Amino acid sequence: MALNTLERERQRRERRNLTLLLSPGLLWLVLFFALPLLIILIYSFMTNGPRGNIVWQFTIEQYTTLFTRSIYVNAYLRSIWVSLLTTLACLLLGYPLALFIVRQPARWRTPLLFLILIPFWTNFLVRIYAWQIILSNNGLINSALGNLGLPQLNLLNTEGATLLGLVYGELPFMVLPLYAAIDRFDFTLLEAAADLGASRWRGFLRVMLPMTMPGIAAGSVLVFIPTLGQFVVSELLGGAKVDYLGNLIQRLFLRSNPPNWPLGSAMAMAMMLVLLVLILLYFRTTSEEDR
Amino acid sequence: MSDGNAIELRDVVKQFGDVYAVDHVSLRIRDGEFFSMLGPSGCGKTTTLRMIAGFEYPTSGEISIHGREMSTTPPHQRPVNTVFQSYALFPHMTVAQNVAFGLEMKRIAKSEIGPRVQEALDQVRLTGFAERRPRQMSGGQQQRVALARALVNSPEVLLLDEPLGALDQKLRKELQLELKGLQRRVGITFIFVTHDQEEALTMSDRIAVMSQGKVLQVGSPTEIYERPTCKFVADFIGETNFIDGTVIEHGDNYATIETADGLKLRGITPRPVAIGEAATLSIRPEKVRMFAPGDAKAEHAFTLPVKVELVSYIGSDTRVTVRLNPQRTLDVWEQNTFSTLDRDAYWQPGEPAVLVCPPDNALVLTE
Repeated sequence: MALNTLERERQRRERRNLTLLLSPGLLWLVLFFALPLLIILIYSFMTNGPRGNIVWQFTIEQYTTLFTRSIYVNAYLRSIWVSLLTTLACLLLGYPLALFIVRQPARWRTPLLFLILIPFWTNFLVRIYAWQIILSNNGLINSALGNLGLPQLNLLNTEGATLLGLVYGELPFMVLPLYAAIDRFDFTLLEAAADLGASRWRGFLRVMLPMTMPGIAAGSVLVFIPTLGQFVVSELLGGAKVDYLGNLIQRLFLRSNPPNWPLGSAMAMAMMLVLLVLILLYFRTTSEEDR
Repeated sequence: MSDGNAIELRDVVKQFGDVYAVDHVSLRIRDGEFFSMLGPSGCGKTTTLRMIAGFEYPTSGEISIHGREMSTTPPHQRPVNTVFQSYALFPHMTVAQNVAFGLEMKRIAKSEIGPRVQEALDQVRLTGFAERRPRQMSGGQQQRVALARALVNSPEVLLLDEPLGALDQKLRKELQLELKGLQRRVGITFIFVTHDQEEALTMSDRIAVMSQGKVLQVGSPTEIYERPTCKFVADFIGETNFIDGTVIEHGDNYATIETADGLKLRGITPRPVAIGEAATLSIRPEKVRMFAPGDAKAEHAFTLPVKVELVSYIGSDTRVTVRLNPQRTLDVWEQNTFSTLDRDAYWQPGEPAVLVCPPDNALVLTE
């Protein structure tokens, strides 16, 4: 009887402690994540007033605009396309790099990973400005070309510069999960594949690639998501010549006169939809233990 | 032609930096034999196997497989298959997919792969496990999948790298017999790497004993155990007693040594010896006879007076440690061919005794 009371007391205390421990995080998530998201969702179904104010009248006009007017549809497709390209480029660059680091002697691996992380010590915006200096018409590359007597290249404010900046910025997010996946891979399996008659390439395709797929999936998700919504790189390196999703959203909220918050909100929600599909796909293709 | 050799190694060297992992090894492994490479870890046995498989290329020397020189042929083009110590099964594939892998790589017709996989699984008694994943299976079962995955390719030579190392003692014994039986049935040359001397003795037609990158002796299990040609082999295979001395007489495959305290002992000489040479008499604990002083049976030309120090009764045997002199003890194993509870039937610590070392049971080894 006394034991029972003690046990109940213990459970009560545990529950109380758990609530205490979880509440700050929970409060944070509700206040700064769920609530704003809800507000955006509601805005996206509202009417835009003549002075950029919200008129509290339900409409799906924002969504029809989004999916019918070519400026928005194109921005969508372009953003998805560039995000795919960035992800693919990061994968093609990151996989050999991660593999290289894994294959180094143990004492070299940590310093090498550290080198991958060093760029994070400087603000992203500052680093992108540095790329402007490198790529601009009288920047590092073009001065070097000039000194060698070679013709100048127009590098800055091009689509290529945008892609370069994106790949540069996102590469670490691809390399780290790939490193983790490749590090777990037992290289004896490649010997087994070779022993059974597989050339190096076939051994890679049939054994190493499928077994490191969780890292590829995780890295791709980590690169694709921020790239889809970016607006800084395309503005600073791409010269804001073409519109990406992020640029349009930013403009609709902050720059256009009058602003159009409902349309901006609808764009943000539609972007989330793409990501939601992607993440569901990720969870479907990788099993619990792979993650 | 291959003149009956499945594998031939000619003066093979493998250097890693300054270290000689394999140091001028020459071996001929006959077609269809169960050949073991035995030695302590780091003796070069696994490196030798990996060079036969093609995972490492020799620094110098030649390796041929059925007469074809293949020292630098990549592994996927060699007619050999390996059973790895860790099994190295593909965890993302089912058992059937694992076994089918080699056939797929050889682009065997799909219609032929199915029956051959089935046959290989039957052969290792894993019928009905085709759709399992490796991690859903026990160590012994995984080991048999690895075996099936290699054998299904009908390799000219099967290489086994300590395949029983990760299994418990009882399962090891079972699989030793199973493996030996399988080898007889399929008739493929097996090259088996192990550090377990009992395993090598049980299974092999011939054994190469290796140490520090060198092959010390090649021979049948009986030859290796009964006629080791050097101290290392005598010591590594089974148990033995060493008594140091100097050669004072030799001839006709026998030699006599004299110990520092003047005892004379005689034994067989597997290798020629010279008078005055430092030598060691090696006599195995089960080949020594022990009698009470004064016992008529202790009347023998080659005896050692000793004192019983430790007596361990282990059921089938009684293992006695006796002291020869302050520096040296010897082991004597006596089979308990009688059944009694009478304590006096067994040796007691402190008792004096006489060891009889018949020259035919002892070896005089130099080095």
